[in-house]
Amino acid sequence: MSELTNNDSMSRRTFVGITIAGTAGFAIADEFQPGSVQPVKPAQLNIKINGRQHQLEVDSRTTLLDLLRENLHLVGTKKGCDHGQCGACTVLADGKRINSCLSLALMNDGVEVTTIEGLADNDTLHPMQAAFVEHDGLQCGYCTPGQICSAIAMLDEVKQGSPSAVTGDVGRITEIDLSDAEIRERMSGNICRCGAYPGIVAAIRSVSQRRSS
Amino acid sequence: MRAFSYARADTVDEALHFYANHPDCRFIGGGTNLLDLMKMGVERPAHLIDISRIPLNKVEEREGGLRIGAMVTNSQAANHPLIRSRFPLLSQAILAGASQQLRNMATMGGNLLQRTRCYYFYDPTYQECNKRIPGSGCSAIKGINRIHAILGTSDECIATHPSDMCVALAALNATVQVQGNNGSRGIPMIDFHRLPGTTPEIDTNLHPGEMITAIYLPNPPEGVRSHYLKVRDRNSYAFALVSIATVLELTPNGTLGDIRIALGGVAHKPWRATEAERYLIGHAPEAARIAAAADRELRAAKTHHGNAFKVELAKRAIVRAVATAAA
Repeated sequence: MSELTNNDSMSRRTFVGITIAGTAGFAIADEFQPGSVQPVKPAQLNIKINGRQHQLEVDSRTTLLDLLRENLHLVGTKKGCDHGQCGACTVLADGKRINSCLSLALMNDGVEVTTIEGLADNDTLHPMQAAFVEHDGLQCGYCTPGQICSAIAMLDEVKQGSPSAVTGDVGRITEIDLSDAEIRERMSGNICRCGAYPGIVAAIRSVSQRRSS
Repeated sequence: MRAFSYARADTVDEALHFYANHPDCRFIGGGTNLLDLMKMGVERPAHLIDISRIPLNKVEEREGGLRIGAMVTNSQAANHPLIRSRFPLLSQAILAGASQQLRNMATMGGNLLQRTRCYYFYDPTYQECNKRIPGSGCSAIKGINRIHAILGTSDECIATHPSDMCVALAALNATVQVQGNNGSRGIPMIDFHRLPGTTPEIDTNLHPGEMITAIYLPNPPEGVRSHYLKVRDRNSYAFALVSIATVLELTPNGTLGDIRIALGGVAHKPWRATEAERYLIGHAPEAARIAAAADRELRAAKTHHGNAFKVELAKRAIVRAVATAAA
């Protein structure tokens, strides 16, 4: 990714005609020679982030994660591995949890994204945020924004009856019994190097119990 | 990351038309593997065609089976009522792979086309990788090869196919529906991926310019049983060292009327254990018989210094998976 800065600055100055297919059809300039390395014209992106509509120009290489952090300075979402292995970059895209490091910003045109910054209601923490505080669901805190976004989506998935790898008989469509094993399996895409897992599981359990009671 | 142009295709024809004029383009669906490979410099497309919004996103009843659109995400498929009730093996296999975040992004078509997780393939600082640079050699044969293949390997490549989903599809006799500028065709799942031979750079029998449009699953007979067993270094969110997908039918007298066994993590493609299947059909699924069948299948295994353990692991996994499905 170290090349990005150079190419990026170059691309703003010298672009070759290329446009994004819009409603007008599939318009791609044919100036590109196969195998040639060309700077890319920034493309238009419409994206709603934490309830606010943005119209942006972005380089095609920008990931959703870099868009959030570098372009919009929403640095709550963290870059851990940048390869979809750690979950620190987890955000909600149209309500579904995804790894923002493995999604191109341009692929999220028209999508509604929620990040850790969009969860609290002014000074009132989202119940999942409050539960992480209450149950010591963190130590250094680096994985926490991803853990919390992931946990919120996870409880929605459970509510909708989505099975996990530890949900015995997937063919029987019944209510999910959210055991600790279920929580751990469903949260396995979020790694915590401090090992705060017992607190994370407790925090999620407390929110799920509050919801169901 | 190398600069590339990006455009979105709204139809299959649009995407295929673009490909015909720009063979150095890649289709991007979920992007979970392709974008990662682009960051690593393994994939260096000049153009990306976003096919994720092409309306191939339905699971539909089709003559005698289900047709799953190529853009259906892995989590949509795993949670679809028709797939859960009719093909629980497929749900289980998908849920055994990756994380929920990745399954929410990854598409069915993309899962079929994911590339090996051989660390030497993934890291261009290694000069020798026949899959990345044909003719350059194989770092894995001489290097660390704990996760590598034991069946169907060649002197050029011992990479494995990393998918769980594909192992289930092989056991379910799926067909991959593809479309190219010259028309559509169906490729039986067991013929979709290739063994490495002397051309390990070619993963599949998809022709250049063809796009996967759907996966077709024939309906299983009444009373069919199945099981997916995945063995890995940690309990979740890890690739398989060995995995088994099995589908079987028991006759009223307790013998195996039909059985299909597919292995993951042992070969360059989902490995159908046809020799073991033949040895089991018509017999009761007793542990000794299954073990003998597994022995026969693994006789052809070729190991390297790091992966010899996979032979015994695969045998035991076959015994456990078949016994569990039959119980």
